[in-house]
Amino acid sequence: MSMHGPIATHRSATGVPTGRLGTWWLLASEIFIFGGLIACFILFKLNGTPGFEDASLTSVTAGAVNTFVLLTSSLSIVLAHAAIEKGDQNKSFTYIWYTIGAGLVFLGIKTYEYTGKILHGHTITENLFWSFYYTMTGLHALHVIGGMVIMALISFDIRKGYNYQRVELIGIYWHFVDLIWIFLFPLLYIANF
Amino acid sequence: MSQAAAAVETGIHAEHHEDLNFLHKYILPLDHKIIAMQYIFTGMIMAIIGGYFAYAFRMQLAFPGELVPGYGLVGPGEYNMLVTNHGTIMIFWVAMPVLIAGFGNYLIPLMIGCDDMVFPRINRLSYQIFLVSALVLILSFFVKGGGFGGAWTAYPPLSSVAEYNLTDWGSSLWVLAVALEFISFLLGGINFVTTAMNARAPGMKMMDIPIAVWFIVIAVILFMASVGPLIAGAVMLFMDQRIGTTFFLPSGGGDPLLWEHLFWFFGHPEVYVVLLPTLGIVADIITVFSRKKLFGYKTVLYTAFATGGLSFVVWAHHQFIAGIDPRMANIFVVTTVLISIPLAEMMFSYIATLYGGSIELKTPMLWALSFLAAFLIGGVTGIYLGASALDVYFHDSYFVLAHFHYTFFPITIIGMFAALTFWFPKMFGRMMNETLGKIHFWGTFIPFNCIFLPLFFLGLAGQHRRIYNYQHFPDLATQELQNIRIFATVSLVVMLLFQLVFVYNFFVSMFKGEKAPDNPWRANTLEWSTSSPPPHGNFKKLPTVYRGAYEYSTPGREEDFWPQNVAPE
Ligand code: HEM
Ligand SMILES: [Cu+2]
Repeated sequence: MSMHGPIATHRSATGVPTGRLGTWWLLASEIFIFGGLIACFILFKLNGTPGFEDASLTSVTAGAVNTFVLLTSSLSIVLAHAAIEKGDQNKSFTYIWYTIGAGLVFLGIKTYEYTGKILHGHTITENLFWSFYYTMTGLHALHVIGGMVIMALISFDIRKGYNYQRVELIGIYWHFVDLIWIFLFPLLYIANF
Repeated sequence: MSQAAAAVETGIHAEHHEDLNFLHKYILPLDHKIIAMQYIFTGMIMAIIGGYFAYAFRMQLAFPGELVPGYGLVGPGEYNMLVTNHGTIMIFWVAMPVLIAGFGNYLIPLMIGCDDMVFPRINRLSYQIFLVSALVLILSFFVKGGGFGGAWTAYPPLSSVAEYNLTDWGSSLWVLAVALEFISFLLGGINFVTTAMNARAPGMKMMDIPIAVWFIVIAVILFMASVGPLIAGAVMLFMDQRIGTTFFLPSGGGDPLLWEHLFWFFGHPEVYVVLLPTLGIVADIITVFSRKKLFGYKTVLYTAFATGGLSFVVWAHHQFIAGIDPRMANIFVVTTVLISIPLAEMMFSYIATLYGGSIELKTPMLWALSFLAAFLIGGVTGIYLGASALDVYFHDSYFVLAHFHYTFFPITIIGMFAALTFWFPKMFGRMMNETLGKIHFWGTFIPFNCIFLPLFFLGLAGQHRRIYNYQHFPDLATQELQNIRIFATVSLVVMLLFQLVFVYNFFVSMFKGEKAPDNPWRANTLEWSTSSPPPHGNFKKLPTVYRGAYEYSTPGREEDFWPQNVAPE
């Protein structure tokens, strides 16, 4: 890798590579955003706000399939990282595109769910449950889309032979997107407490 | 650092010195020093707008119903808009960009001895988002219905229903601008923390980092942890306004109190977010101008950690009369009183630093000392407000207003002048004029007290905030109280006029001032070891650090300072 840019970008007083450290801080701040949203949701739910029984209307099957899809995609991005560690650009490239493909499947299923719900009159303004449902899954979906775009950019970079370390960084991010979903799935699809 | 790595560093260095054209140097810079100036200058322009608004509404209070020279008539709705945006601007578009983003950008790489931030492009992006946010806010003043007037706290339903606030797009653009500003500072903050952690000069241990850098970093972390839920809240508020959700509307099952919690869960730590950078800057200034080691470096640091931690559990002291459970109020009274302990301890450390020092009253030192004095009044009156029994009476009165201006004004305005006068020689390579600096100092500090001390008494007399004309309230319309209002307003006008001295001094010194040596204040920190102003890349040779930042008047040394980068004999 060629050395360019300020020296600051090449230092590592903590021993942790700067890119990884920055990614961790980015995700830390994201946790507070999603955390705030989830906390609001739980508080309303615990208060017995009318409308929250509509959680039973969401399709557990669709949610479960999507959980499976996302978890699988996390595996493929790990494999992409493992491949690039060994310097195998093409294999890594392929695994990145598997991950992007899984992201597309996830979004497809989400669109299908959204359409069905909206056609049944469950729009974002119907009641607070649906407001939260669309806000939380929508914000999550934006993160999925953002991740896919960045992945695509990285996949071409590594084919040209640079920015290998970014595969790891996008992997960390992708796990985070996965993790958020693991919180949203039970809250919006399963829980009826 | 190994020999090889050092060789690599010099290697890259040479490459880093390309000549940049105007566009890339000043409009789309990657250099942290230029980005810092962008933040500082944008913040100062916004300060002029915020101050102008204060002038307009203070004139209305002193001379109700009369044309304000240079503004015009201030009607009731307009008054609310001016107050709201004055508060919003001063905090989000002045205090934050100047103290954290501006001086954070300028000082962090220089003080830790490296050539830039670790993510220069993200740094530039964060300024660009910030600039857009400022433009969106300014745009909101001119849309149909005018700017938002529902207070900087934006409580729903007033803020979320256009029929109530009468500023349909004004309120939405306001929310959008604030949210963009948050995103910009999150990005900037990630950069600051990562830089301070990873890009330190060889030899600089955690406890060698200057307090100014430490405090900016702690502030950024507090910001990250507190603003997240409010970003979610801002999205929810925006959707309530624009697409008719009811997150905060009781009529649709929502809860307006939730917004108050989200807002103050951020709002209180935010006070420390802006306070800490100024405290850090002041720590550095008072050690330099009293030629003494900082009293209890670690104690000061730990009190900042304690304050930061506690700041997350005091928020509901803003909601004592909002209908929260009184048992809950008791808990928040206790935490609020607790938080004054670490801060008081920090103050004592600062005073102990001054004690027995050879104090030199240069302009930056005057600002730093006046900060301590003024902030003390702000802090002490805060203890009264933290007691829920008293707050039931004081809440939303001018007593509260005077209290928080005794914290915010020192933090923002005094802190900004302290930092600008202290680092001016480094930033622009020239000295500012001391006499003009002192005239400006007294011309600001005396009127500041004349504005805000009387407001405590208006508050005690029962004067409520956010009211555009007190003549409508028989108890408050007395000539005696009106005289106090006029006195405060006249003091404000005097203070604003004295700012011209600063503007003159600032720009004339920038071009014609006496040339500044590298280290005019004989200070220890690394930024003073390079030329004034520092070259692109900051240091001709990147420094190595041998000691902490506060070795002043070390026994057994001839010189009364010992720069961090000077190798021991
Ligand atoms: C330049 C001198 C300043 C003057 C004369 C001034 C005066 C005032 C006054 C009289 C009000 C209340 C008006 C009302 O409630 O009817 C106010 C509100 C406020 N000011 Fe200032 N102020 C100044 C500087 C600052 C600074 C530096 C900050 C913060 C960094 C600040 C933050 C606020 C905030 C947050 C509010 C509350 C706005 C609201 O109620 O929504 N002010 N100011
Ligand atoms: Cu508070």
